[in-house]
Amino acid sequence: MRRARCAILIQGTLMRDHFLQLADFAATRTRSGEGFLLRYSGEQSRFVRFNRAAVRQSGTVEQHYLTIELFKGRQHLSQQLAITGLAGDRQRLDGAISELRELLSFAPEDPHFLVSDAVCSTERNDVGRLLSDDAVIPVILDKAADSDFVGFYAAGPIHHGFANSFGQRNWHTVHTFSLDGCFYLQSDKAVKLSYGGREWDESVFAEKIAHAQTQLSFLERTPKTIAPGGYRAFLSTAATEELLGLLCWGGFGLAAHRTGATPLIRLARGEAALSPMVHLVEDTKAGLAPEFQDEGFVKPASVTLIENGQYKECLAAPRSAEEFHALQNGANADEAPAALEMAPGQLADQDILSALGTGLLIGNLWYLNYSDRNACRLTGMTRFATFWVENGAITAPVNVMRFDDSIYRMLGDNLIALTAARDWRLSTDTYEGRSTRAMHIPGALIDDFRLTL
Amino acid sequence: MNSLISIAEIARNFAKVAPACEEWSIRLVRRRNEALSVTRGTADPVRRGEDVGAMVTVTAESGERIGVGYGATSDTTPSGLGAAAREALAWARRSAGHLIAVPKPRSGAVQYDHTASTDIPWDTIAMPAKLDRLHELARNLKRDGRITHWQASLFYTDEETVFASSTGDFIRESRGIIVPGIEASASAKGETQTRTLGRGGMIRQGGLEQLDQLAFWAAGPRIAEEALELLAAPDCPVKTTDLLLAPDQMYIQIHESIGHPLELDRILGDERNYAGTSFVTPGMFGTYQYGSPLLNVSFDPRVPGEAANYAYDDTGSEAQACHLIRNGVLQRGLGGAFSQSRANIPGVANARACSWNRPPIDRMANLNIDPGVSTFEELVSQVEDGIYMETNNSWSIDDSRNKFQFGCERGRLIKDGQLGPVVKNPNYRGVSANFWRSLKGLGNADTVRVLGTPTCGKGEPNQAIRVGHATPPGLFAAVQVFGGG
Repeated sequence: MRRARCAILIQGTLMRDHFLQLADFAATRTRSGEGFLLRYSGEQSRFVRFNRAAVRQSGTVEQHYLTIELFKGRQHLSQQLAITGLAGDRQRLDGAISELRELLSFAPEDPHFLVSDAVCSTERNDVGRLLSDDAVIPVILDKAADSDFVGFYAAGPIHHGFANSFGQRNWHTVHTFSLDGCFYLQSDKAVKLSYGGREWDESVFAEKIAHAQTQLSFLERTPKTIAPGGYRAFLSTAATEELLGLLCWGGFGLAAHRTGATPLIRLARGEAALSPMVHLVEDTKAGLAPEFQDEGFVKPASVTLIENGQYKECLAAPRSAEEFHALQNGANADEAPAALEMAPGQLADQDILSALGTGLLIGNLWYLNYSDRNACRLTGMTRFATFWVENGAITAPVNVMRFDDSIYRMLGDNLIALTAARDWRLSTDTYEGRSTRAMHIPGALIDDFRLTL
Repeated sequence: MNSLISIAEIARNFAKVAPACEEWSIRLVRRRNEALSVTRGTADPVRRGEDVGAMVTVTAESGERIGVGYGATSDTTPSGLGAAAREALAWARRSAGHLIAVPKPRSGAVQYDHTASTDIPWDTIAMPAKLDRLHELARNLKRDGRITHWQASLFYTDEETVFASSTGDFIRESRGIIVPGIEASASAKGETQTRTLGRGGMIRQGGLEQLDQLAFWAAGPRIAEEALELLAAPDCPVKTTDLLLAPDQMYIQIHESIGHPLELDRILGDERNYAGTSFVTPGMFGTYQYGSPLLNVSFDPRVPGEAANYAYDDTGSEAQACHLIRNGVLQRGLGGAFSQSRANIPGVANARACSWNRPPIDRMANLNIDPGVSTFEELVSQVEDGIYMETNNSWSIDDSRNKFQFGCERGRLIKDGQLGPVVKNPNYRGVSANFWRSLKGLGNADTVRVLGTPTCGKGEPNQAIRVGHATPPGLFAAVQVFGGG
């Protein structure tokens, strides 16, 4: 186990050194009046996919992408390359710079081009404690062998780098793992298992397995089909994550606000408000994502997005800031939170069921989308472990139901309480590469949650 | 230098570093892309990319038990591929005895090499000239002070894939893929309405000639005017009524409530933790009345210009056209060779990977609805009281692919067989198992549009892949529709 971890650490250090050497090399290849931005993202990932407590697919993916952006005044353009970590990368970078130089004079002047020329170099190297490659399958199947377990394990280092012709150098490495799975009882009745972080802990894993199996026993009861209508409901942190995750899709960006595209347009205009309990912060210092962005700006430790239910501040990327004459605050081009923190409430975990009384205990929501963006009205499905609760006791699993309701109701007048305890929800997204997004959020007790189908 | 060596040559040389094992394959992908866009009057920085990498898959015996593993790398030098092969072999040994099913040994040795032809290659027009045309298009979008966001964009990819194996396969295909986009948002008094050119549903194989077929260059004024028109429109009414769906909504209805439920890996449970399961069960094939007798759905990866046009899938199976649903009855599933052997259900050649760094899984390819007999006007004339909806902008469906809700950009009331006033925020909801049985009209061949999506998401690790959907407009009875607020 130790040998495998050390190998990963060495690879990470090598990639950092390699990236810094490529940055130095790029500096020697640029000509008078030219500047460059150099970005790197890479990972060495172990992926194991399970179905019915057996292995469906397993393997390793090692990918490294370098993006060189060449600029001269306000003309600029970029080229991304898949690189190898070997000496040949210099030639490829040199070739890309030459190609970009040929095109640069044809690139239009960009009035919104803004790069950081205040050199602010940073380095973060988080060392994780991950399962060795040989241990992954036996450790997981040992706990799951007698059940209908389906899930996905992803682990390994994730690297990001930035450099520019002003001499700034940034490096960010985190080692993370994620086991995202579920135990099925039958058809669509299942309990979710989410375990992710930087240090694999056998005892925490065992606790999560035990908790899932306890919930699984509730699923053995006869399922209840409920009629459309308004229900008191408790949303777990996983369900709350889905609501907030959709809001992050265009909700908090400067460009979306200035063009009216944000689903929070009525909040921003002061025509609607959320509950005073709602306090949302982009808490970069606590998250896993890099503290620097593509143009080299270093992010502030935190940006308050919603304070006491009122719109406070947007996430502003440099390009949007130039266009809309605002100040940038280190946001990426997508202007979406990468480390969203929601303030806790006062509802203790042991009081959740009694506070719910009679209603829905919703373990997961799924496939959310907008049914009316202007009204910030969302639709989606319940999924996995969702239960009917009567007088503070779980009585039956509930067959999946569709909801269609507004954030201004769910997190506004109908928000009864937030839990005192919060979960770190690490994104399990692996599109293009493993995500470093995370949320630190509570569960939510809400009234009159509208189910429609 | 890596980029000067063809991936075909790399694949042919791989045998020299391939590990001793029961079976191996190597799949290489090279993509070059360029993204051009003009947003709110300003050209965005031009982004170019070149991606090259390989996935080695190994089947190996360990302790008399079979395992399978993969190793993927962007290092396509012999030493890099050798390292990837060793990773694949190690995972094959670790998974030995734990596999959900042992793949059948591959037989045969396919030899195939094909470059798709393009009438007007991407590079025929230089980058500055393409940007000029996008500027011109974008200027036509900004027709009014209430237009607060407007954008015209083109994304082009030149793709080459090679599959080779220890049994002697060598399959090489290359193609161009173009994704155009136009959008305009009108905003006033705290309300914003957006119209797009098919919102993500526009993708074609080929070159610049596809833009003419999609009426891309001329679409700006209409899109902007319709966004402004929506600002003044009333909300879609709430009622149960006849619903006529335009092709740019039909494509996603097909995708979500026919395509995904028919994927054999869902039916086998592989996707239950992420993309979901299916209400379709193995026993339904051959007998289940999926839709009305008007419904004929084909899998056809040989339609020229459609997004997922290929001759062999990413495991070397030959792609052939066939019907999944004929006269409303479910015939076969969307599953590649491995899923077919696990489920013992007939499938198709659709084991596909989004790139070199993801393993093949069951995907849609070109999934099309056969045209009916009606002109568009004849479909409208059948409706006494109903709604016509265009251009998807919201999609949501349960994990069994049954209870769905879709939203569109624009609706029009239909009264006494005539299209009437525009309505905003048109949404509808239903259940897949009933919805397709309510199909009561399909447009004829002249009304078919070849659409698709570049970002069908599925799989662990996640994969976003392109799929094609060619469809006429469809008329459905007694659907629950509603608006915003």
